[in-house]
Amino acid sequence: MNARNNLARAIAPVAVCTLEDLTPGIGIAALVNGQQVALFRLRNGDVYAVGNHDPFSGANVMSRGITGDLKGVKVVASPLYKQHFNLATGQCLEDDSVSLPVYAVQVEGDQVSILA
Amino acid sequence: MSTQSVVKKSRVIVIGNGMVGHKFLEALSDRGGHDVFEVIVLAEEPRAAYDRVYLSSYFSGKTAADLSLVQGDFFSEKNIALRLNTKAVAIDRVAKTVTTAAGEMLSYDKLVLATGSYPFVPPVPGHDREHCLVYRTIEDLEAISAGAAQSKVGVVVGGGLLGLEAAKALRDLGLETHVVEFAPRLMAVQLDDGGAKVLRRKIEALGVKVHTEKNTLEIVDGATHRHVMKFACGAELETDLILFSAGIRPRDELGRQSGLETGARGGIVVNDFCQTSDADIYSIGESALWNGRIYGLVAPGYQMAAVVADHLTASAASEFKGADMSTKLKLMGVDVGSIGDAMGTTPGAQSYFYIDEPKEIYKKIVVSSDGKTLLGAVMVGDVDAYGTLLQFMLNRMELPEHPDALILPSRDGSAPAAFGADALPATAQICSCNNVSKGDICAAIDAGAMEVGDIKSATRAATSCGGCTALVGQILKCELGKRGVEVKKDLCEHFAYSRQEMYHLIKIEKIRTFEEMLEKHGRGDGCDICKPTTASILASTWNDHILKKDHAGLQDTNDYFMANMQKDGTYSVVPRMPGGEVTPDGLMAVGAVAKKYGLYTKLTGGQRVDLFGAQVHELPEIWRELIEAGFESGHAYGKSLRTVKSCVGSTWCRYGVQDSVATAIDLEKRYRGVRSPHKLKFGVSGCTRECAEAQSKDVGIIATEKGWNLYVCGNGGMKPRHAELLAGDIDTETLVKYVDRFLMFYIRTADRLQRTSVWRDNLEGGLAYLQDVVINDSLGLAAELETDMQHLVDTYQCEWKTTIEDPEKMKRFRHFINSDDRDANVVFVEERGQIRPASPAEKKGRIETVAV
Ligand code: SRM
Ligand SMILES: Cc1cc2nc3c(=O)[nH]c(=O)nc-3n(C[C@H](O)[C@H](O)[C@H](O)COP(=O)(O)OP(=O)(O)OC[C@H]3O[C@@H](n4cnc5c(N)ncnc54)[C@H](O)[C@@H]3O)c2cc1C
Ligand code: SF4
Ligand code: FES
Repeated sequence: MNARNNLARAIAPVAVCTLEDLTPGIGIAALVNGQQVALFRLRNGDVYAVGNHDPFSGANVMSRGITGDLKGVKVVASPLYKQHFNLATGQCLEDDSVSLPVYAVQVEGDQVSILA
Repeated sequence: MSTQSVVKKSRVIVIGNGMVGHKFLEALSDRGGHDVFEVIVLAEEPRAAYDRVYLSSYFSGKTAADLSLVQGDFFSEKNIALRLNTKAVAIDRVAKTVTTAAGEMLSYDKLVLATGSYPFVPPVPGHDREHCLVYRTIEDLEAISAGAAQSKVGVVVGGGLLGLEAAKALRDLGLETHVVEFAPRLMAVQLDDGGAKVLRRKIEALGVKVHTEKNTLEIVDGATHRHVMKFACGAELETDLILFSAGIRPRDELGRQSGLETGARGGIVVNDFCQTSDADIYSIGESALWNGRIYGLVAPGYQMAAVVADHLTASAASEFKGADMSTKLKLMGVDVGSIGDAMGTTPGAQSYFYIDEPKEIYKKIVVSSDGKTLLGAVMVGDVDAYGTLLQFMLNRMELPEHPDALILPSRDGSAPAAFGADALPATAQICSCNNVSKGDICAAIDAGAMEVGDIKSATRAATSCGGCTALVGQILKCELGKRGVEVKKDLCEHFAYSRQEMYHLIKIEKIRTFEEMLEKHGRGDGCDICKPTTASILASTWNDHILKKDHAGLQDTNDYFMANMQKDGTYSVVPRMPGGEVTPDGLMAVGAVAKKYGLYTKLTGGQRVDLFGAQVHELPEIWRELIEAGFESGHAYGKSLRTVKSCVGSTWCRYGVQDSVATAIDLEKRYRGVRSPHKLKFGVSGCTRECAEAQSKDVGIIATEKGWNLYVCGNGGMKPRHAELLAGDIDTETLVKYVDRFLMFYIRTADRLQRTSVWRDNLEGGLAYLQDVVINDSLGLAAELETDMQHLVDTYQCEWKTTIEDPEKMKRFRHFINSDDRDANVVFVEERGQIRPASPAEKKGRIETVAV
């Protein structure tokens, strides 16, 4: 599964929470059309959304990872086995063959929506 | 069709696959010899080479497989034919054949005799009675184990190095143990009178009885035990088992049978290439007699193995030029070292002595008549100076003006007199087991080695007995420094500081948040390394609640949800049970919570109860009920104090001399919640029987008649390490003071995720330095360390209690922000009456899963 396919599937935006609900640096999970999505708001205010399913452990826990940057790339680290994923592309930095789905995020005013 | 005949490889036969024989095979294949030669190994024993040096560890649980020296599929990979259970009985030097006990005849081009030696059994009448044994092979050990099971008393004949090791084995097998020695002192070869006296006292204190100047005349039926030994002096000793360890004799029978030159007292004579009197036959290891000497240690044998491999493959013109026989060992927990001319027999030699009777330490150095070079040394009870002294002796380095400084203790906190690793010449042999010089190590560093591990794989230094590891480390550090290589200690790409430096910045500049730290001293956004590390340092310094808004995003998920994440994304819950004590009501309350929430329940290795399978939304409710029942957070998730394990102690136990439970509870309550570089575990035992296994803990406390013995820096886990005695016979108040100082000093100076054991192994100055800081306050920091700890104690809060009282914090405990649904991926199955996570296959099939 790669990022493009998911974007191609995108349909109507689903409102999931307010900006207020997103503390910078702390992820949350949302249920969007039956899919689990992990949302993160970073220090600079940007909001990212990737799949909540951790491909290495099989558990739905990506939203509980620590965010940050590695060599300029914004990443989240899996809380279980600590692999890093590029938040913009979903690509795993330690294993080329693994990636998370990424979702488009819409922020209008205070409202955060996901296209999934 | 080609008429060219195939060139036949020449054949090397090796007789004996012991330590040295095997080293030869490795050395030969390292030089490509297995491609040039057809190699056949005839081995009498039923198994391939194993580590005889560590033979005794067989009694402490090591198996024959653990002791094996064969790496992976060595024999098949190198195409070497190993014939086990095959004894060579004759050599025909004219026909160039070897005959085996089964009658097979094999031709050779080159022959290597690595037949080792056999234990010498004095021919006293009765020496061959039942349960009169020796100590050389794994089969011998099996016989000793079997014999010990039917015995109460054991005697070792011979008080040398091997004899004392054998005595330890007998004692560990639970026998009343005696050592009978012909000479007037123990370890007569390595030690002088003074050293032997201290060694004897220490060994007797361990319950082994030593009888010197005893000449055994005969062994006959005993009255109360199996045998009685009758000595020339008229004394007698009753015993059930006798272990002979009265020296070794080279196995030179094949040499004698085939007419090779042998020594008057045994051994096959070899030259500097280890060739015997027949140039096609070599002998190495304990069967070889070089320059009138047999070397009964592995290191010289290994050197011989390398020389023969070089000679056969013509890869280098190396020669065996004798070897240093200095030894350092731990006998029954007693450190002993002997270097060079230990007895001071060199003409004009002069000695310095240091004797500390209360601590039972004996040290002596022997210097040349002009006082400029070191000739030899003896150390018992304290061998810290061994490495330094050995290098002075081997390299004939000029001694300092007052050579006695080398063995005197340093009480003012100054570093003990030594040389920098820098002072060693390039030719200095650093690793004697593998013959690695300082020059070899420098070459490896030039080729890119940056860590001790790199040096090990490049040169093999420090891969055998390990005695040289510290020195290798010093050389590496010093050489990297000289090459301007900065040994990088940066925490991560966001902070160019070590953890210790981060700690100081935070403390001195009174930094309270990660953002502030990042702005002042970092770059970028941070990551999963620097965020939790900074959070931990902030907690160790200011002790705010870990879920305070500024800190929450820094925490690993375990700290964030104050529970341990399991493989399926659920969490475990561990209420604190200080000292492992719990009331029946408490136990029932825990049981009721577990039952209500359907949690898998297990007793942990840390004397408390773990409840598994809770989902995030359930955690606050579970904790509310546990807190109502009087429990608080067990910090099983934090890099902080885990448990203080206790034994039942003097209140109930017939042996207890102090109230270990009360002390454990007090300590657990004092240090609960303190965040540290890694987790901390304590143990408190009520007497020397040590049922709380305190010596495997970061802080271990054992009751004595007078108070407590405080041990520190022990570790179970991946690399077990025994804790070391920091202070003895102290009262409870002193105990708490020392633990405060110790912990705070560790918190200040350790690296991230470095347990106290690893921190201690890396602490320059070692235990003595730590004692100086904690007990003698050599850094003048004691009061500050105590105040810092008291602050943490005073600001303790149960993190869970604070959390459930704060609606803001409670918001976090739900799986989805926009739905009350549970995580459909969490599925359990039932096993032995409880839940467990379903396997992927079970989830797919959805067989008989338990509703959550
Ligand atoms: C639950 C328990 C096993 C059990 O069922 O008994 C356990 C479970 C875990 N241990 Fe342990 N250890 C448990 C006692 C021990 C012990 C025994 C002891 O404490 O007496 C040891 C050896 C003693 C020691 O630490 O020196 C032990 C040595 C380790 C290690 C290796 C540490 C080391 O220095 O080598 C790790 C890995 C680490 O910390 O990096 C570890 C890590 C873990 C982790 C946290 C692994 C993880 O990250 O998921 C496990 C999860 C705990 C949880 O609750 O989900 N656990 N672990 C025990 C909890 C004790 C408690 O009440 O808190
Ligand atoms: C308990 C113990 C502790 C020790 N501790 C230390 C220590 O701390 N430090 C140290 O340096 N040294 C120590 N040593 C000594 C060390 O083990 C020896 O120096 C080393 O094993 C010598 O190696 P080797 O190959 O010459 O002999 P061995 O290891 O004895 O190997 C010889 C092999 O040849 C086989 N063999 C003999 N004759 C024949 C034949 N005719 N046909 C086929 N096979 C044959 C034997 O069965 C044996 O397997 C210790 C020894 C023991 C027993
Ligand atoms: S350590 Fe001593 S006091 Fe404690 S239970 Fe064991 S025997 Fe009893
Ligand atoms: S001296 Fe034994 S490993 Fe180096």
